[in-house]
Amino acid sequence: MAAAPRISSLLSRSFFSSSLLSIGRNSPRRGGIFRYSTGGAACEEPINPPVNVNYTRLLINGHFVDAASGRTFETLDPRTGNVITSVAEGDAEDIDRAVSAARKAFDEGPWPRMSPYERSKILLRFADLIEKHNDEIAALESWDNGKPYEQAAKQEVPMVTRLMRYYGGWADKIHGLTVPADGLHQVQTLHEPIGVVGQIIPWNFPLLMFAWKAGPALACGNTIVLKTAEQTPLSALFVSNLLHEAGLPPGVLNVVSGFGPAAGATLASHMDVDKLAFTGSTETGKTVLQLAARSNLKPATLELGGKSPFIVCEDADVDKAVELAHFALFFNQGQCCSSGSRTFVHESIYDEFVKKAKARALKRTVGDPFKAGIEQGPQIDSDQFEKILGYIRAGVENGATLEAGGERFGDKGFFIKPTVFSNVEDDMVIAQEEIFGPVQSILKFKDIDEVIRRANATNYGLAAGVFTQNIDTANTLTRALRVGTVWVNCFDVFDAGIPFGGYKMSGHGREKGIYCLRNYLQVKAVVTPLKNPAWL
Amino acid sequence: MASRRIFSLLSASSTAAALRSSGRFSRWGRGINRFSTAVATEEPITPPVQIDHTQLLINGRFVDGASGKTFPTFDPRTGEVIAHVAEGEAEDINRAVSAARKAFDEGPWPRMTAHERSCVLLRFADLLERHCSEVAAIETWDSGKTYEQAANVEIPMVIRLFRYYAGWADKIHGLTIPVDGLYHVQTLHEPIGVAGQIIPWNFPLLMYGWKVGPALACGNTIVLKTAEQTPLSALYVSKLFYEAGLPPGVLNVVSGFGPTAGAALAGHMDVDKLAFTGSTGTGKIVLGLAAKSNLKPVTLELGGKSPFIVCEDADVDKAVELSHFALFFNQGQCCCAGSRTFVHESIYDEFLEKAKARALNRVVGDPFKKGVEQGPQIDSVQFNKILGYIKSGIEGGATLEAGGEKFGSKGYYIQPTVFSNVHDNMVIAKEEIFGPVQSILKFKDLDEVIQRANATHYGLAAGVFTQNLDTANTLTRALKVGTVWINCFNVFDAAIPFGGKKMSGHGREKGIYSLSNYLQVKAVVTPLKNPAWL
Repeated sequence: MAAAPRISSLLSRSFFSSSLLSIGRNSPRRGGIFRYSTGGAACEEPINPPVNVNYTRLLINGHFVDAASGRTFETLDPRTGNVITSVAEGDAEDIDRAVSAARKAFDEGPWPRMSPYERSKILLRFADLIEKHNDEIAALESWDNGKPYEQAAKQEVPMVTRLMRYYGGWADKIHGLTVPADGLHQVQTLHEPIGVVGQIIPWNFPLLMFAWKAGPALACGNTIVLKTAEQTPLSALFVSNLLHEAGLPPGVLNVVSGFGPAAGATLASHMDVDKLAFTGSTETGKTVLQLAARSNLKPATLELGGKSPFIVCEDADVDKAVELAHFALFFNQGQCCSSGSRTFVHESIYDEFVKKAKARALKRTVGDPFKAGIEQGPQIDSDQFEKILGYIRAGVENGATLEAGGERFGDKGFFIKPTVFSNVEDDMVIAQEEIFGPVQSILKFKDIDEVIRRANATNYGLAAGVFTQNIDTANTLTRALRVGTVWVNCFDVFDAGIPFGGYKMSGHGREKGIYCLRNYLQVKAVVTPLKNPAWL
Repeated sequence: MASRRIFSLLSASSTAAALRSSGRFSRWGRGINRFSTAVATEEPITPPVQIDHTQLLINGRFVDGASGKTFPTFDPRTGEVIAHVAEGEAEDINRAVSAARKAFDEGPWPRMTAHERSCVLLRFADLLERHCSEVAAIETWDSGKTYEQAANVEIPMVIRLFRYYAGWADKIHGLTIPVDGLYHVQTLHEPIGVAGQIIPWNFPLLMYGWKVGPALACGNTIVLKTAEQTPLSALYVSKLFYEAGLPPGVLNVVSGFGPTAGAALAGHMDVDKLAFTGSTGTGKIVLGLAAKSNLKPVTLELGGKSPFIVCEDADVDKAVELSHFALFFNQGQCCCAGSRTFVHESIYDEFLEKAKARALNRVVGDPFKKGVEQGPQIDSVQFNKILGYIKSGIEGGATLEAGGEKFGSKGYYIQPTVFSNVHDNMVIAKEEIFGPVQSILKFKDLDEVIQRANATHYGLAAGVFTQNLDTANTLTRALKVGTVWINCFNVFDAAIPFGGKKMSGHGREKGIYSLSNYLQVKAVVTPLKNPAWL
């Protein structure tokens, strides 16, 4: 099986077909496909990414500028640990400059004062430009992040394009309400832009998270200071330049590369930022929210961690469930907040499922993400790499059965073998904590009430997969699972129109779809007396 | 007089009801005293109600606090004890949360039909209507607000609000969602679970209505902590809720103090949602506790320093009357009080003279007396704080036009106070006074007043007085506030969303917008086979 069909469920039909059509596009880079058992792949020389890195400075008020301190930091190639380039390191002073620019662009600039149609057109032109530069952007993304180029080029960057067109379409459809009151009052609500928005995005889907944040914020007429993850600063700088080419006025979108404790904390606690959106770990989310609370009480949207159950019922199509469970966990090197990291399988099909899941993992192609047909690249960095290997050790020590993988892959970079544990129990660390790596934990269950209770017995509540052909089982599980997304007989479907977000400690609010608009709008009620009304 | 001035709080139907019933309380009617007369030396009128419920309400039963402790609740007219109330602490919050958790996870409430939930809310509204006078008397006794305001305006608003949200209970729709490919996508708008709610003392029962109404309509269960100054009315009406058919554990009411009961609720790991109304300082603490514990989402309704802008072309008499109402209503104890009266320089002197005359005319006295417009402040802490702000106004160089001191010799009455020549940098123009102190400021042009009105961390509400449509539209968009009242103020219809920008809060209460505070959105995706359309 090639990688592209397996990640098709990330997208909807149109992207699925285009990815099939374009599969031959990158044939110059196509080499042999290596299963992870063929240990030699990582010793080969890494493929040269077909792109230049042109933007490494901070983007403030429409200009690329050095950090106030003049400092830079290195961003690394996860395939090798080698430096790709040095990037300007933003800290508090740069955040202050960026917020001033955004404040001015909101309070005095043309952006919130131009017509929604004009804002819409800028977003649509931006989408066209991303489409035009699709392959360069994808190469940058793969290089900086380690994700397969095919995934970036055929799925993620097209999703970014799609999302910008989606929110381009919302810009001129933000309606307030007129409100029926009991008496002689004319009442309306205005849905207003909230002002200067601070956005902090993670490294696992750098550009997709850029889009989830910047798209709706801009469609609603706000201005932005966006801090990228220090692991993956490059793609956001590239596309933000395109956004200015598309006609964005200066200061509307400012991009600061930098670290959480310096740049991120300054943004979260800034007194002149009106709204915060953060995607990252639950622990950091709590810190960020407290900084927001202690400073100016800016409202915060949070997309945090998960430990999402993937429930395979007795009557499920086992082969399909195995494939989707594999995809749900291993996709993007297991670095997904929504990854299906607790695979609950009904006891009647457990042995068959484990056998097939193990076989599927052993077949997973690991290697240079620029190579065609590769399903799994390296983990993002040495911290994550070590942390994941630590979790694998914990799994073994706690008595789970290691069915596949369990160690690093190759001898260079941050590759880890696709790892499968069976006989995982709820109280094991690997069943409780977010691993954020290619480690599948397969648990056994007996009946629906039990699996509902166990699936919900976590502080997380991001997503769930449900595999069954029975409509009653599907409906029961759908309502009982305390999660923000239930994928029934599918997983990781991330259409622009579908809201995404968490229950419990997985977050606050929803991104994507119509629901995301409210994160970036304030509601203002306007009341006047009514004289001689023709109706009430 | 009083009832007419508080009309704009309500809409036409309630106004008519208020007028019809204005004769009902004539047995308490005595002479009307302006604030300069020393009425407070008279004996306070005995409230026509018994206090029957002083225990905590947990799992459908009235129980003592786990510690056995009680605290006194005081009559603001005299500072004397009304009753001793069970004092809830962390252990009681735990018991209440367990009851609410069980009621949500296993009980009938989220599992009954939306129509059944709707009927319970409607029956509650009917019971509240039947007991309106008693409830209003308790409210007045405990909070010091005028009985006419409670009985003719606030309790009817609570009744209206529960009927409004009863109507929503069976109209909570999710969406079906068009996507790009072969998937069938829907969203479910689910109850969020156990809601913790912390309410203030200025409108005890109205805040109860704003919190409890939408939370129950959406199928949640509740642990509600009342303010320690005003625990009585919520206990009384919650008993009516159970009479109306609410299953045990769905609504739990814990009387107690912020640092113990309130903090335990805000930091509780088993509470799924928090809603708080109170000061900005406490709101920040509450949000911090929620963030540090289980990251429960929080709705906040906090302080304000709302501008009331009177433009050159305004009807001066009407603006004077409404600005007076905007500030002095409820003894000035409103988060949205119009506490910065900006008046255009061309009409400033006329406005000031009339505003002063109106304040001097304000009727202060026993809130149970008919025709009284202003009762006592809630307690000695607030009383002293307000007198401190008045001193600071004088020391800061503002001109004291009226009032400025306590009223009478007993209780927490303060004379209606008016300052003119107030400047933006004075403490009284910057901080929330939460008392009967009007600050009148002068402005020259629209851009200037927009900039000055917005130069505050608060952003709750604004009043705009003008006959010019362009001025109204410009100000409406430019003011960074959650509510703009044009040629009116304090219109609190059930359907109108209320809430703050900036440090005045998060989220909106009332109306359709409040529902989203008590719902979680769940996206449900399935593959689609052979669709007839996409």
